[in-house]
Amino acid sequence: MDAPETVVFEQEEEALISGSEAIAVACKLADVDVITAYPIRPYDTVMQYVAKLVANGELDCEYIVAESEHSQFEIVKHASAVGARVFCGSSGVGWMYAFEALTVTPALRLPVVAMVGNRALDDPGAFGVEHNDALAVRDLGWMLVWVDTAQEALDTALIAWRVAEDRRVFLPCAIGCDGAFLTHSQSLVRIPPKSKVQKFLPRYDRGDLLLHPDNPITIAPQVNEDWLMEIRKQTDEAMRRAKGVIEEAYREFESTFGRIYGNPFFEEYQTEDAEIVLVGMGTLSMPVKVAVRQMRQKGKKVGFVRIRWFRPMATQELQRSLSRFKAVGVIDRDFSLGSPYMSGVLANEVRSVLYHAQARPPVVGFICGLGGREVTVPDVRQMVEVLERAAAGEPVEPTHWIGLRA
Amino acid sequence: MSMQTQILEPFKGVKKVPLEEYFTAGHRTCQGCESALVMKLMVKAAGPRTIVLGSTGCMYVANTTYYSTSWVVPWMHTQLGSSGSAGLGTAAGLKALMRKGKLKEEPINVIAFCGDGGGADMGLSAISAALTHPEYNFLILLYDNESYANTDIQLSGLTPWGAHTTFSPPGSMRRILHRRWKKNVAGMLAAGHPECRYVATVCASYAVDMMNKVRKALSIGGPTFIHSLDPCPKGWDYDPMLSHELGELAVLTGIWPLYEVENGVLKLYGKTKAIAEGRQKRLPVREYLLRQGRFAHFTDEDIDYFQAKIDEMWEKWLIPGVIPFRKELEKELEEE
Repeated sequence: MDAPETVVFEQEEEALISGSEAIAVACKLADVDVITAYPIRPYDTVMQYVAKLVANGELDCEYIVAESEHSQFEIVKHASAVGARVFCGSSGVGWMYAFEALTVTPALRLPVVAMVGNRALDDPGAFGVEHNDALAVRDLGWMLVWVDTAQEALDTALIAWRVAEDRRVFLPCAIGCDGAFLTHSQSLVRIPPKSKVQKFLPRYDRGDLLLHPDNPITIAPQVNEDWLMEIRKQTDEAMRRAKGVIEEAYREFESTFGRIYGNPFFEEYQTEDAEIVLVGMGTLSMPVKVAVRQMRQKGKKVGFVRIRWFRPMATQELQRSLSRFKAVGVIDRDFSLGSPYMSGVLANEVRSVLYHAQARPPVVGFICGLGGREVTVPDVRQMVEVLERAAAGEPVEPTHWIGLRA
Repeated sequence: MSMQTQILEPFKGVKKVPLEEYFTAGHRTCQGCESALVMKLMVKAAGPRTIVLGSTGCMYVANTTYYSTSWVVPWMHTQLGSSGSAGLGTAAGLKALMRKGKLKEEPINVIAFCGDGGGADMGLSAISAALTHPEYNFLILLYDNESYANTDIQLSGLTPWGAHTTFSPPGSMRRILHRRWKKNVAGMLAAGHPECRYVATVCASYAVDMMNKVRKALSIGGPTFIHSLDPCPKGWDYDPMLSHELGELAVLTGIWPLYEVENGVLKLYGKTKAIAEGRQKRLPVREYLLRQGRFAHFTDEDIDYFQAKIDEMWEKWLIPGVIPFRKELEKELEEE
């Protein structure tokens, strides 16, 4: 499907804001109770906007500036256990500094919603986008979603609380926002009225898992080999259920706010008659879409699939979609050194998704745009040239670094 | 705006202490474990409207075996270095929900505990940050058994100089492998956090005093800190029947000064006060050290060194047992 359609409501406001500010606005609309901040570029712009909202009395929350990312995530984790709706975030090595807290949060089934302003990991230093930070938690029970625009950032944040705080799920959710390209780039965003958000987003009710003197439970005792496996399986079941809850949330979102996303899990762009598709996440969709349009003018049947939800992965839907093409190119704004085919993370996920498909197109990995380097239209054309050879049955290298300086 | 606290008057003597227990059977601590006693007294002092957060360590692993938790009050695990963040996050969550009318308003005690490793090593930064938030009410209690006792007795930043641990065994080339002096945690936190209304040191050998410090810390409001010295039969290597006596000896030798800093005012109490006022002589540290296997390799020189350091703490520190700046500093200032 094409870009989301927009229906204007009377009470909606329109504002020229960045992806970070859009998520800060979502915090206000969602009446978040506890927010913790710690500075690291580029995510921290969201906290600068949150701080202004708090200072101006527009957002009523406990706003705590922590002394490290580890504390940042531990504080919201514990606030969530006593029933508070929470928001947090980080970038790059800051996210890694919080890693212990990130590990226990899904295991404790606490619906922390976080923004990751995706940033290259040190060393050497780089402020620009890479997805390795957020991807590091991909095995742990975090739901992971990547957004493309400030509008999608705001909408997805509201959806994230709804899904995470659903009793059937109770898992944390991280929203991947590409550093600079989304965190710092402004676009027109429709801001829904709070009354509609209240209708869409029920109160977080922890039920009989609430830590409170009226409900004196012991949370996270020592279980060892006696019970750990069963408890892991419960978390697995929650992630399995999350997929249906996400679908429910998008349908409800569309009927409440009138903005149509269609398939929640991935966006398809000019794929109807496509023979070759590129797959990627986040803001690289803009240069890819421009390149697709240009190449289509020259008669090339090229399309693009932008994955939103990386966890849970919509395996069946993605398999059905991708198995109909002659070649699939996966653009990774990340790396997974030593992995199969020396590819990026997403390429190997896509290979795995396609393994049981009836028709298995060749999958070629492209590592591109690391450290915030732009993914350019010529880069995309170069990828498509490789894919054309793969579609014609020529052997091609499974992984290509694109845009690498000689 | 600060939330209300529970007003917990001090217990006037051991006979006035209620019989109700909130830390009960089900734990698997060692015979003679003083830290288990600290848990029991801590939550007895706090009462039923309390949430306890426990960071990783003996008092997590031994107390909360699945299906046999010893906690009657709500309890939640937190990470090794997270006692400060756990107390802060829980208090902030409760405050937000009560302020916004999402939870029935009532003062709920929040206690986050940590061991010496979790508190004085890994968790120090989070505790320090937590103590700078005067608008949230919670107590951080550090139970100090002077080693990472749950993981096999490895040295921590609070292990005494020279002690034998599995990370500092006496060897044929180096008799003393651990040559770092124990951190002065309560003094450091009291001096470094002027907005923190209450810091105290305690020892469960003086149980009523200890419980009353917990009650004061919870009543006074804001973030507060208590440091408890807990003899550990396994880590210190002594007969479990001696736990109570060793706690007393730590105080009577002057190694463990008992004090509280309430709204910036320092008060020594118990036997420490008697020592400071000259009403009681400090016992030689030898009496304390030689009862413990962890110091069995000490020579007379080692004991003399230990004694000299304790003497220095009492005779040269600007505030004996609390603030380690030297008195000479005062003299220099007077001369100028």
